[in-house]
Amino acid sequence: MTPTVAPLAEELAQQLGAERVLTAPEDLAVYAYDGTAALRQNPACVVFPLTTHEVAACVQIARRHRAPIVTRGSGTGLSGGSVPMEGALVVCLNRMDRIIELDPRNLTIEVEAGVVTQTIDEAAGKHGLFYPPDPGSRKISTIGGNVAENSGGLRGLKYGVTRDYVMGLEAVLASGEIVWLGNKCVKDVAGYNLRDLFIGSEGTLGIVTRVLLKLVPQPQSRMTMLASFASLEAAGDTVSDIIAAKIIPCTLEFLDQQTIRCVEDFTQVGLPTEAAAVLIMETDGHPLVVAEEAAAMAAIASARGAISVRTAADDVEANKLLTARRSAFSALARVRPTTILEDVTVPRSELAGMVAFIAASAAKHGLQIGTFGHMGDGNLHPTFLTDERNADEMHRVELSLGEIVDRTLAVGGTITGEHGVGLAKKPYLRQQLGDHSYQLLKLVKRALDPEGLLNPGKIFE
Amino acid sequence: MSELNLLKSLDYSVLQQCMHCGMCLPTCPTYDETKFERSSPRGRIRLMREVADGRLGVTSTFAEEMSYCLGCLACQTACPAGVDYATLLENARGEVERQHVVGGTARRLFRWSTLSFLFRRPRLLRAFGRAMWLYQRSGLQSGLRRLGVMKLLPKQLRLMEAMTPTVVVPFSNARIAPLETPKSPANYRVALLTGCVQDLLYGPINRATADVLLANGCEVVTPSVQFCCGSLHAHNGELKLARDLARRNLDLYDVDELDAIISNAGGCGSHLKKYAELLHADERYHARAGAWDRKVRDVSEWLVQIGCRVPATASSSDAQGRTIATTVTYDASCHLMHGQRVVAQPLALLQMIPGLRLVPLVESDWCCGSAGVYSITQPEQSAKLLARKLDHITATGASVLASGNPGCLLQLENGMRGDPRFAHVRVCHPVELLAEAYRRESGGYDG
Repeated sequence: MTPTVAPLAEELAQQLGAERVLTAPEDLAVYAYDGTAALRQNPACVVFPLTTHEVAACVQIARRHRAPIVTRGSGTGLSGGSVPMEGALVVCLNRMDRIIELDPRNLTIEVEAGVVTQTIDEAAGKHGLFYPPDPGSRKISTIGGNVAENSGGLRGLKYGVTRDYVMGLEAVLASGEIVWLGNKCVKDVAGYNLRDLFIGSEGTLGIVTRVLLKLVPQPQSRMTMLASFASLEAAGDTVSDIIAAKIIPCTLEFLDQQTIRCVEDFTQVGLPTEAAAVLIMETDGHPLVVAEEAAAMAAIASARGAISVRTAADDVEANKLLTARRSAFSALARVRPTTILEDVTVPRSELAGMVAFIAASAAKHGLQIGTFGHMGDGNLHPTFLTDERNADEMHRVELSLGEIVDRTLAVGGTITGEHGVGLAKKPYLRQQLGDHSYQLLKLVKRALDPEGLLNPGKIFE
Repeated sequence: MSELNLLKSLDYSVLQQCMHCGMCLPTCPTYDETKFERSSPRGRIRLMREVADGRLGVTSTFAEEMSYCLGCLACQTACPAGVDYATLLENARGEVERQHVVGGTARRLFRWSTLSFLFRRPRLLRAFGRAMWLYQRSGLQSGLRRLGVMKLLPKQLRLMEAMTPTVVVPFSNARIAPLETPKSPANYRVALLTGCVQDLLYGPINRATADVLLANGCEVVTPSVQFCCGSLHAHNGELKLARDLARRNLDLYDVDELDAIISNAGGCGSHLKKYAELLHADERYHARAGAWDRKVRDVSEWLVQIGCRVPATASSSDAQGRTIATTVTYDASCHLMHGQRVVAQPLALLQMIPGLRLVPLVESDWCCGSAGVYSITQPEQSAKLLARKLDHITATGASVLASGNPGCLLQLENGMRGDPRFAHVRVCHPVELLAEAYRRESGGYDG
């Protein structure tokens, strides 16, 4: 039974109205990608529901037509999570963008899945609160996508990742049923913690339509510093020393020379383009503690031979530095046509060795790799600067990538710290998990989505 | 179709530069409006790439989307990957025209009479301007409007008629001598480009530009008859005509004898700085175009670069001796801000004017909907953006609105006309305020 496309779109149009159902070739072509390089597949249809019930109706209709469903927000994912498969229905939630409730007595905010991450932080800010997870694309990424990918960001070291802020969520299951998991209680052990099962499930277990988030008080003050180094090792050792000194800064970001030059080219914030590496370090909290920690970090950097340590004069300069860092991945695209971003993460004690290994692998295979990342939490983003139309070079990229993955796993790391498996990291998942854990994942998938309707072919086959 | 498909013959790496990260989405006014990916910069670039790859034809939907784009270039400022969206859009629009995807006799006639005819013949354009002035001054325009004759026009023409700007005489050639020298010995020699719209509608801005240049030790060369820079043509897919006009401009000036070529229109300047790219395949002109590009400056950019002289404090005070501060707000011209990356300089000029208090305008980096001929081609979206802009301007409480491009000034004046919120708001170019401040110094007439 192979139902044709037209009836699916027709039925959706009857349910939602034709203006929210797209099937024109010009529309399908622009939902063929997300923020991941070199992946492209047109869907069969794109639909824009406005309510959870409409999402449920879309799922029922897709199910009848056996059309796989790909959930999408703003399409900024970095592992191909929202790249469609053939014949897919893209359920785009970017119009479900209402803030339902901000509860200052319980420090929570409830939002629809399509609300932009930064909008949540801004809404919280009006009450002296803040929402810490800050993925690089926070200006446009949606909270639904953040939950589906369990996104991290620059503040993960001290504040954790999206998972640490989700108190509850609403999801539409493959059956079309709607479930609410979690609540405003700080403690809750009633039954399995299924809420956490959906966080980071990459749209394969259900469609997250609403999220209840924890907010925290805004820190009273913060201090942001830029330290530059003549070697990668000195930067890596500085990070290790800071952690060993029992300082947990809010941000410890690393950029190598290639990345520094690209970012500086775009932002012109005054990064030292001759340095081998820089660290962007930020501490926040009580002013006295901030001053003490900042001084200690600066001293550690100097002791490790930092060429210079500059402190941002004010919030404006601090934000410029952090914004510059957030642009790193895209800025690297200035160098070569194709930019392949990796997300390997290692225990922090292994950082310096891992950075050196990546540089050596690049040299060995004659490749350009720009490396940056969240040094403080061991999350590195080695980025291949290459050309997808050069088959020979792409082959060498694969070889180098394989080596980096092997090394990462050998030192107890993970293939993805915050981007998700999606399509991009799928070939390496089994290697990391081992057969039994890998099968367990599949077992969970089959239990929740026996027909393989939701984002099939992502994470695993 | 004798030539190659423009998108297919474009250097593919320009298209590949976009790695669809999505950083442009929140800065795009049309994506903000529709929330459809195809109305976003990233989506449009993908459509262009589909055409270049031969997976998609240049369809009417493709043409609509390229027309719906404002070309405000806010996406270029936002793009970490450095995608040259302006070039992509010009070529996409060029391909739409080359394949005659969009028809209609009225559209063709309008494009021909403006792009191919009037805006290529400076003397004729001025003659047309003079005729318009007579028509408006003689009372014929208001008379016809009173009689309701305009209702007989087709809808689009009626809209255009209502927006007909008021021609201001005399034109720049009667206001500025071909060579003007400063009182003190000249430190620089610059050419002043008087523009087309600027010349017909905003002659006083050109005069003010010459004045501030003179006050800053610049000898000003202003040929009495100048050619259109071709930005109107390039932005609307007429690249051949644009190249032709660029060559004429290059022929008109001895670039080696000039320290700078001054533009006071954001839209023109943005195009004027890209002659080398426009003429990249022209062996005769390419090198000269490069030299030209390096010398083109927006007037604010140039003044800040040479260290603009701060006007002496004005003596304007009220009866109690308190200084009267005029509040001014600044709306950035998109092509000045995003196209030329001239952001801080106009603000710096306004801040150095005594008696002026600068108040920030929310979303001053967001298009006002003028966008060249956008108010004519996309009146609905243009009106929405204008309304949004006017609300922000009202919120500043400023009595003066300054902006560095005639298209924006015209759009804002049109929007404010008849709106009681703006009964006492003046719209002007930053250099006019600066010129007035210099004039006040010498006790001259305060315009």
